[in-house]
This record gives sequence, structure tokens and C-alpha cells, in this order.
Amino acid sequence: MDARMSMTETGRRQGLMARPVPRAESEAAPSVVPTTVFDINDVSVYYGGFRAIRDVSLDISKNQITAMIGPSGCGKSTMLRCFNRMNDLIDIARVEGSLRYHGVDLYGKGVDAVEVRRRIGMVFQKPNPFPKSIYDNVAFGPRVAGVKGALDDVVEESLRRAALWDEVKDRLKQSAYGLSGGQQQRLCIARALAVSPEVILMDEPCSALDPIATAKIEDLMAEIKRDYTIIIVTHNMQQAARVSDMTAFFTAEVNEQSDTRTGILVEYDRTDKIFQDPADRRTEDYVSGRFG
Amino acid sequence: MAIPSPSLSADPRVAEVLVRRRRGSISGGVFRGLLMAALVMSLLFLLALIVDMLVEGQGVLLIRPVEFLTGNLNSNPALAGVWQGIRGTLMLALIVAVVAFPLGIAAAVYLEEYAGDTAYARRVNINIRNLAGVPSIVYGLLGLTVFVKILGADGQGGLTGGRTVISAGLTLAALVLPVVIITAQESLRAVPAGIREGALALGATRWETVRHHVLPAAAPGVLTGTVLSLARAAGEAAPLLVVGAVTGVFFVGAQGFFEQIFSGRFTALPMIIFSWARLPAGQGWNSLAGAASFVLLIMIVVVNGVAIYLRNRYEQKW
Amino acid sequence: MAQATADPRLGADSPDALRSDPRKRRTERIARLVFMSAAFFSVVVTLAIVLSLVFEALSFLLGVDLGALFEMGWFPRRGLFDVRTLIVGTLLVTGIAMLVAAPLGLGAALYLSEYARPRLRRSVKPMIEILAGVPSVTLGYFAISFITPQLLRPFQSDVAFFNLASAGLAVGILTLPLVASVAEDAMRAVPQSLREAAYGLGSRRMKVAVNVVFPAAISGIVAALVIGASRAIGETMVVAIASGATGGSLFSLDVFQPGQTMTAAMAALGAGTDQVRGADNAFQSLFFIGLLLFAITLGLNVFGDRFVRRIRERY
Repeated sequence: MDARMSMTETGRRQGLMARPVPRAESEAAPSVVPTTVFDINDVSVYYGGFRAIRDVSLDISKNQITAMIGPSGCGKSTMLRCFNRMNDLIDIARVEGSLRYHGVDLYGKGVDAVEVRRRIGMVFQKPNPFPKSIYDNVAFGPRVAGVKGALDDVVEESLRRAALWDEVKDRLKQSAYGLSGGQQQRLCIARALAVSPEVILMDEPCSALDPIATAKIEDLMAEIKRDYTIIIVTHNMQQAARVSDMTAFFTAEVNEQSDTRTGILVEYDRTDKIFQDPADRRTEDYVSGRFG
Repeated sequence: MAIPSPSLSADPRVAEVLVRRRRGSISGGVFRGLLMAALVMSLLFLLALIVDMLVEGQGVLLIRPVEFLTGNLNSNPALAGVWQGIRGTLMLALIVAVVAFPLGIAAAVYLEEYAGDTAYARRVNINIRNLAGVPSIVYGLLGLTVFVKILGADGQGGLTGGRTVISAGLTLAALVLPVVIITAQESLRAVPAGIREGALALGATRWETVRHHVLPAAAPGVLTGTVLSLARAAGEAAPLLVVGAVTGVFFVGAQGFFEQIFSGRFTALPMIIFSWARLPAGQGWNSLAGAASFVLLIMIVVVNGVAIYLRNRYEQKW
Repeated sequence: MAQATADPRLGADSPDALRSDPRKRRTERIARLVFMSAAFFSVVVTLAIVLSLVFEALSFLLGVDLGALFEMGWFPRRGLFDVRTLIVGTLLVTGIAMLVAAPLGLGAALYLSEYARPRLRRSVKPMIEILAGVPSVTLGYFAISFITPQLLRPFQSDVAFFNLASAGLAVGILTLPLVASVAEDAMRAVPQSLREAAYGLGSRRMKVAVNVVFPAAISGIVAALVIGASRAIGETMVVAIASGATGGSLFSLDVFQPGQTMTAAMAALGAGTDQVRGADNAFQSLFFIGLLLFAITLGLNVFGDRFVRRIRERY
């Protein structure tokens, strides 16, 4: 095992020990040890012969916001798309290692990606509402999940949770394309909430939005984390520092022979630790703006 | 280095250079004019076509328009009408719509939404593009062999009954199938990937995603493509010639619309034009051919025009 | 190590919770199967075409005296099957058609892509699409009612009523919109940055069009011409109406006289199949010519398609 690898491992262990509840306290009050939602072990993703990420291991806790940061091309979005098996949609993608969701192997035999995605929702980089009415955008998920009858309550509840209800309640039947970018993104969040997932994955959800719309989404995340577990990919370090409880720093190592880049997890820890006292030199360089 | 002093008077050297550059634009103007002439010429053909048909057919179109449209074929040019042709063309179009549209759209959905980038899918795609380039008369030979001889027992009954509307309709359906597939594929490809991802990430299956989001979003383009290919089928004559449409006079008798589909002897508007156009000049057949051409041309131009207009109007700009 | 706790929303802490709904899975499988069969059908059509052509064409070649393929003319009912007559006729018609379609089609494409304002393009392109939809019988009639008397006779007095030249011109009009739209797509696919780079160096529009856009789009332009030629070779009704020579034709290079193309010969045989039905050589020659035509157009399309894909890959 090379040096970098062991550093990754070290980072992971530190992360594990340094849960949001500090170790000393957790020994005193063991009942507040947070539930692990995802248990990721040595995950690698390949696109054909190209290895996009290598040997990532980390645990994700319930009702927390976990941020994944790092320079572009470091595989953080690829990692995110493993959690709800969106990588299945790419023919040549292959996932190795173990991804356990409440102890169940997500890529195990008999596990259906469709069912996985119903429990693990996703919000994308670019707002992607359906070209339909606001109401139908939110109601689609529950409908395909088999909810019969009136969905008015579900739609209202989801829009309220996404802090969009007051802005759209008078025009639910109008096209979602008439909303502003920030509103569209909140609609996409409402759409994801409507199927009551346990986890919400966010792939740079604010990168296409202005600062005011971004602030609204960030407030919203802080608000809903009581009920949901959130994993967010962001290239905005301030955002990670502001909203997340845990932060995973990824970087890309250049493969000498093939001139390709493979993403690795450098360090995973409490967010304040990552930003104020990182254990790894590369993390420190990145968060202090010296690199990336 | 000296800083150039601002001057309000024109610098003669600059003026000279600019004037010289302007001369270069004369050849540019000629070139532009030639290109524009090419475009105008192309469009003039369409106008010339319509005017020519109108002029040639005016004797019929102005004097007895209703009798011409509603009359049957007749060996007397003064009495002949195109109703049987219009009826035959409508029947053929109906068969094409029923057979080729669902099949073509389904094939396009498979290739764009399900197949992925496999070697098999690539081969099928190339195959379809090549099929689209096969001359229509070759499809006639396909129809003659498969629908008339094999399925139709060469006129002795069988599934299609031999040289019947259904055989001809199936032949035309095979002819437009690749065009339907290709245009539907293009419309499906234009639907942004974000819409598919959004639906799939909510736990929708492929089929739910396609049915609720991809197909509705692609509908304007798909519909226009199918209507254009329908118009193409309606204007075709070469395959019908081989499959055995009637070019002379015939009597349908009291057969109903659907009865006739399986029972032989049929014609179509393009076939009537073909047979009239080749009759010797000077007996009035030419005028009839002109009038029939005008009717066919207007039918197809209007259908195509409406389809194109609606597509340009309602097509989603992503 | 991390402990796995059952989540109430998950139902049970077992893989069963993430198993698919069997009803949904069945629907999904059926949908996939239906779509796949539809796509497979196109392969069936191709095979059916090839098979229906090959068998009859083979029995034609076995049944006919091969010397009859190089006689003095194409008279199928007399047992004379001179293929050269048809191929030369086809080449003449296609050549004339391309003389119309290539300059006009490429010129119109270049104008639309480089000069026309968006508004003009938006209104002209549908008209070209409509021209592309004009039925070929109509153009055949246009050839004998307008092109021969109004365009050819004034310049050449001894033009026959049915002749190859007017058929060729009409086929050219028919091919023009196809050439124009394929070429225009290729020219529009040339990245704007290439044009801007040339304008930035002080080039004029004509220089940009001729020296930048045209070479960059050359694959697509070649494809447009090849696909156009393939369409012209396969065009039937225009030639069947306007070129004459229903029963047969002597070998001839005179474009102002009646002549025979492969497609016209097929149309003549097809229209008369009632008389020549059966295993008779004349009837089977229809399939032989069909196979020849299929092979030629397929070759051209495969060749043209390669060029289309080349430009698509590059930009």
C-alpha cells in the first residue's frame, strides 16, 4: 500500500472517530451515536477501462449534511451518482467495492435501482423541471410510486417544505418553465421531497444560481436536515463550510502512463476540522486556496 | 515612440486603404448575388410548378371542378374524374398511418431510450439509414414478392388477397418506416438528458419516464415527421406500379371503404396522373393530368405546410 | 464499525425492501420487448428486400443467355437485355440532374447558412422542405408540360416530346432540396469560432464562406452530393413519364431523344407485369435490374453516410 493510500485510510478513520458528537462526550452519552445510513468500503468506479475513482471509503450519518468538495475532475459527482445508482444509466460504468445502505448492499443481487432511487432522491446541477405544470412536476413522483387519489396535500406539503408554496400557490397549473432559475431548483427539491425519500443527493445544486437564490437553497437545506440526510457535491468551499456537518475532500491523481485522472478521497472529517485544522497537506492547500 | 496627435481631418493614407478595400467587395457582391439567385431559382421552381399545373389543368378545374373531383375514371376524357384515386390514396394513407407510425415510433424509442450505445444498436441504426436510401421502386419489388405473392397467394386469396389495397399499403408502410424512425429519433434526441435523469431519480422506471416525459416532450417533432412521411407515401407511385395498382378504367361497384381494402383492384391519385400523362396529346387527357397533378400537389403542399408550421410553432426550444 | 439500524421508512432491514415491484418489472420487460421487436423489424425488412431480389435475379441470370446482357438495346420482350443501355441512360439523367441540383443546392445552402438573416432563413427553410415533398409524378408531368416545350424547344428544335434531358432537369429539381438541406446542415455545423477567427483577421464574408466554411464543411458537402446522386439514380416516376421508350430502347447517347433508365425500365416492366407474369425472363429481369439498382444506391449511401458521420464527429 502506498503512502497516499494510507493517508486516505487515516483520514477516514479520523472521520469515523470524530463524529459530530466528540468522542469524549459520546462515551459519556452513548445513546446519541448517530445512525449510519451509508457504509462505503473501497469503492472504485470505472468507465470502460478508465478508472474514475479509486478505493473510496466513508460513512454517512443520518440527518446530517455531508459535503463532498474538491477540484473539478476529482470524481465527487461520480461518487454521488453511486449512492442512487444513477451510474447504471451509463452503459460502460462499473462500480466495484461495497456500498451498504442500512446494511443492504445497494449493488447486491435482487436490488432494483428504481426502488433505490425512490428512497434516495437527487437534485441536479442545472434545474431540470419537467416541461409540465408546477403541480404535475411535484405530483409525478408520488403517482409513479403508486399513490392513488388526490395528491393536493402532498403537493402543498412538498412545496411548503421547499419554501416555494407562497410563491407558486396561485399558479400551480402553469408551466414550471415560467419560474426563475432559483424557483425551478426549489421546485426540483420539492419534487424530490414529494416521494418522501430518506436521503437527498445534491449535485452542485447552486452552481447555476445567483447568490440570493443560493442563500435560499442553503437555508432550505438547514431547515430540512431534521428529516432528511443530505449529501451535497459543491465546488464552492464557502458553501460547504456554511451548510455541512461533515466534509469529504477529494482530489485527482494523474496516472502517469495513460494521462488520465483518477479521483481519490483525501480526508473526511467534521467540517470545522477540515477547514480549520486539516490533517492532510493537500486538504490544507485546497481549502486555503493554494491549489485548485 | 511618438504619440500620434489627434486629428480631425481624414488621413489620406487611411482613406486610400479603406477605398481600396471597398473595391474588393465588388466580387463579394457578385458572389452574394449568385448565391441568392440559386436560392431564388430553387423557390421559383415551386411557384412554376403550381402555376404550370394550374394553367394546364384550368380547362378542367374551371369548367367542371365538382364533377372532376367526385367523378369516377372514364374512357371519355370529358367525363373522367379522380374520385377513385383520391379514395385510393386516402385508404393507402390510412394503412400507412396504422402500420408504420406505431412501428416506427416504437423502434425509435428502443434505439434512443433503451438500446444504449451497443454494437447491435449501432448496426441497426446504420441499417435504417441505408434503408431510407433504397429507391422506392425496389420497395415495389419487395411488396410484389412478400405481400402479393407470398402473403397474398398471388391473388388466390391468402392474407392480403394479392394485388389489393392492403398489399400496396403495407408496401408503402415499409417504404416510409425508416423515414419515420429517423425523424422520431431526431426528436427524441432533442429532449434534454436532464428530463430523463429527473424522472429516473424520482424512482420512475424507463417506461414511465418515456411515457410521461420523453414522448410528450418529443411529440411535436415526432408528429411532424410522421405527417411528412405520410405525405411522401401519398405521393408515391413507383411501388404501386409494381404491386399492381390499376391504371385504366375500373368499377368499384357498391363496395364499402373497408371492404375494398382486402378485395383487389384499386388505384391512387399518383397512378392516375401517371397513366393520363402518358396518353397521346390532343384528346384532353393532358388537361386532366394537369388538373389531377394540381389536386395532388395542393393536397400534399397543404398537409406538409400545416405540419411544418405547427412544428415550428410548438416545438419546444430547450 | 458502523451499525446498521432499521429505518421505519425502509420497512425492513433486508434486501427485500429494495426489491422491485414484480408488476412494474413485468410492465418494464414487456415495454422493452415491444420496442426491441419494432427495431428488429427494420432488419427483417432489409433481409426481405435482399432475399426477394436475389432469388429472382439469380434465376434470371441462370435462365438467360448471358450474351443477351450485351446486345444492341434493351427490349425485354424480345429477349434483348442490354444493361449498358440502361446504365448509360441512368448516368445521363443523373448527370443532368446533378448539373441542376449541385450548383443551385449548394448555392442556396451557402446563402442560407452564411448570408441570410435568421428571419429569412426561418421563412425560406419551410419552403425548401415543401419543395422536397413535391410528388415525383407531378414533376414528371412538369417535365413534359413545361420543361420540354418551354425550356428545351426554344433552344433545340429537334427535341423529342419524351426525352432524357427534360427528365434529367426535373429529377434535378426533385434532388435539389435534399442537396440543399444536407449541405446547409453541414455548413451550419462549422463552429462559429472558426468564422470569427477569420473575420478577426479582416476577411470578407465571401472569403470566409469560400475559404473557411466551405473547406470545413467539405465532408458534408460531398455527402450531400453523393446522397443527392443516389436519390437521382433511384428516382422512377419522373423518368417513367418524361423519358419515353416504354417498350424498350436502343443504346443512345442523345439526351434529346427518348431513352431508358434502370428505373424507367423497371416501371415499364412493373406496369406490364400482368402480361409478362410468371417465370418468364422479361418479368425476372425486373428483379435483376432491381438488385443492380439496390446495390448501386446502397454503395453510394454507405459512402455518403461515412462523410456525414465524419463531420458530425469533428464538431
